[in-house]
Amino acid sequence: MATTIGTLAGAWLVANGGASDLESLQLLVSGLANGCVYGLIALGFVLIYKATEALNFAQGDMMMLGAFVTLGLTNDHYWALPFWASVPIALLLMGAFGYVLEITILRRMSGQSQIAVVVLTVALGFIIRFLAGAIWGHEPQSLESPIAGVNVRFAGLVLGLDEVAVILVTIVLTGLLYLGFARTRLGLAMQAASQNQLAAYYMGIPVKRVSALIWCLSGIVATAAGILLASKGSIDPNSGFLGIKAFAAAVIGGLGSLPGALLGGLVIGVIEPFAARHVAAGFSQVVPYAVLLLVLIIRPSGILSQVRDKKV
Amino acid sequence: MRILFKTSYDADLGLFAHRYQAFWYFLLLAGAAGLPFVMNDFWIGEVALMLIWAIAGMGLMLLVGHSGQPSLGHAAFMAVGAYTNVILQASLGLPFVVSFPLAGCAAALAGALLALPTARLHGIYLAIATLAVSILAEDGIVMLAPWTGGVSGIFAPDIKILGVGFNRYVNAPGFYWLTLGVAVLVVLGYRNILRSPLGRSLVAVRDSEISAQAIGVNLARTKAISFALSCGITGLAGALMGHFAGVFNHETFTIFLSITLLMMIVIGGLGSIHGAFLGAIVITFLPLAISIVREFLNERFGTASVMPPGIETAAFGAILIAFILLEPMGIYGRWIKIRTYFELFPFCRRDMFRRQRAYLKTGRIR
Repeated sequence: MATTIGTLAGAWLVANGGASDLESLQLLVSGLANGCVYGLIALGFVLIYKATEALNFAQGDMMMLGAFVTLGLTNDHYWALPFWASVPIALLLMGAFGYVLEITILRRMSGQSQIAVVVLTVALGFIIRFLAGAIWGHEPQSLESPIAGVNVRFAGLVLGLDEVAVILVTIVLTGLLYLGFARTRLGLAMQAASQNQLAAYYMGIPVKRVSALIWCLSGIVATAAGILLASKGSIDPNSGFLGIKAFAAAVIGGLGSLPGALLGGLVIGVIEPFAARHVAAGFSQVVPYAVLLLVLIIRPSGILSQVRDKKV
Repeated sequence: MRILFKTSYDADLGLFAHRYQAFWYFLLLAGAAGLPFVMNDFWIGEVALMLIWAIAGMGLMLLVGHSGQPSLGHAAFMAVGAYTNVILQASLGLPFVVSFPLAGCAAALAGALLALPTARLHGIYLAIATLAVSILAEDGIVMLAPWTGGVSGIFAPDIKILGVGFNRYVNAPGFYWLTLGVAVLVVLGYRNILRSPLGRSLVAVRDSEISAQAIGVNLARTKAISFALSCGITGLAGALMGHFAGVFNHETFTIFLSITLLMMIVIGGLGSIHGAFLGAIVITFLPLAISIVREFLNERFGTASVMPPGIETAAFGAILIAFILLEPMGIYGRWIKIRTYFELFPFCRRDMFRRQRAYLKTGRIR
């Protein structure tokens, strides 16, 4: 996949031929990398939506918390563990966090209105943001990771290793999750639980455990996104607001579709730098949201739509 | 325990179910009108703010609670109301009594215009689309700087009606009574909408779009009307908010205002006018209560040094979570339960309000 992107990018470069296009290519790559981060956050959002139709507005904040947990374990200023040791610990911790969140709070909301869940998770986001600020402070910090600040040469291009890593990790994770949903027993159980909880329960699927596992999984995906974001740039307690762009991404792609989440993230990520480059200053930051509205007006359930009319 | 016998159809449509109910509501109104005589200007200002929140909440309640169309973009319509009101007064020299209704009309028009393309959206898709509108509006205010004042903001001129000034600081009771009057009018209008054919079709659309369509409700038209009415009411609240704040810019009407509005009506109880008011009370006075408690703790135990910044927001979030976990039907739902308990005493049973949980059956195919 990465080679495909590389080839495509190369072909585009050759076709357009010229110095200014190198800049466009650079924009494209950094846009793709940003889009992958949005896509990863959206992925966690879609996972939860797919299995429980709950909307987790705290997904961005979980991403931020995951990043800070890793940062707290890795950075010299704090625990100074080696990067490759702290990443699995952080993933485990955040998975457990998601699991506990589901069994303590979210489970009680099953069968309640979606809006109540939205408000609940927004409030959860407040608390997570406060906790992160109280523990790690409000200053922007960078993760001291081995992928930060290293350049790689690829098909005549100089790319940041962090950007390449983001793109690779996103593609691998999306592929794994997609296959996991389609092929494994657990994935099938999740699909069944997501379509009709009661029927799935009668078929012997442990619906409660499945939804707890989904929250665990989405905590892990959020942490992966957070680690990549924190090594690409910096992170502070308000970074969770990136989640808003991720929701936009998930909706553009069509909620409930894992490849759709990635697609939506890429669309938003790529549009942003190009809008900033080509649209007048002051107007550029609205372009992603204008595109979102446009997509929704043309295709009311996203690009990779999965909805058909609800029965009465 | 009271048994109601309805002997005519008019009784079913009446504003009040029975005479005692009318008595209690008039008592409440009289108490509210008399508040400035027992409270100082600071608290009257806070109650006026609560009423403004309640008006905005009623606007959103009409859309979310009664038409079932979630919106995360109502801050945008508050902004439309606030800016239209002030711009009409400042540049055209219109008096408040003219510009205020026009501000509501402008917001209603904006709402209807948004409803036309988004009529096909449902649930979370609509919520995200309106969220995008809210973000776009925030940037739109900055882009339209020649009219809106952009980042530096815009001053709301003093309200003058028949030569009497209604400045919030100079004449706090006056501003409060003005707000109360608007709130009462909106409540009456809302009640009347609910008992009209339009109100019934709104509820039908909320409960099942397909059934509503089958009994002859024009979906797109109903949704557009409900958007227009809802945004109009919210626009009125926005205009009042502009006068309350005195000066405002794009940061007054952020996405967080939209989210707060939604939180407010969910806490209050979706699908009831009471819910909008109860939610407004929580949203207005909870932060005040938290800061009072915090100051008390600081004074008493000297905790100022160990209290991390932002603890108010976290406490707010925790209390919201507790509200939602303990009473998903909102405060008004809890009130109904308590009232029924006493009305039926000692025959009330715990399971009376146990709803059949709606276990998920999705419309997705994969």
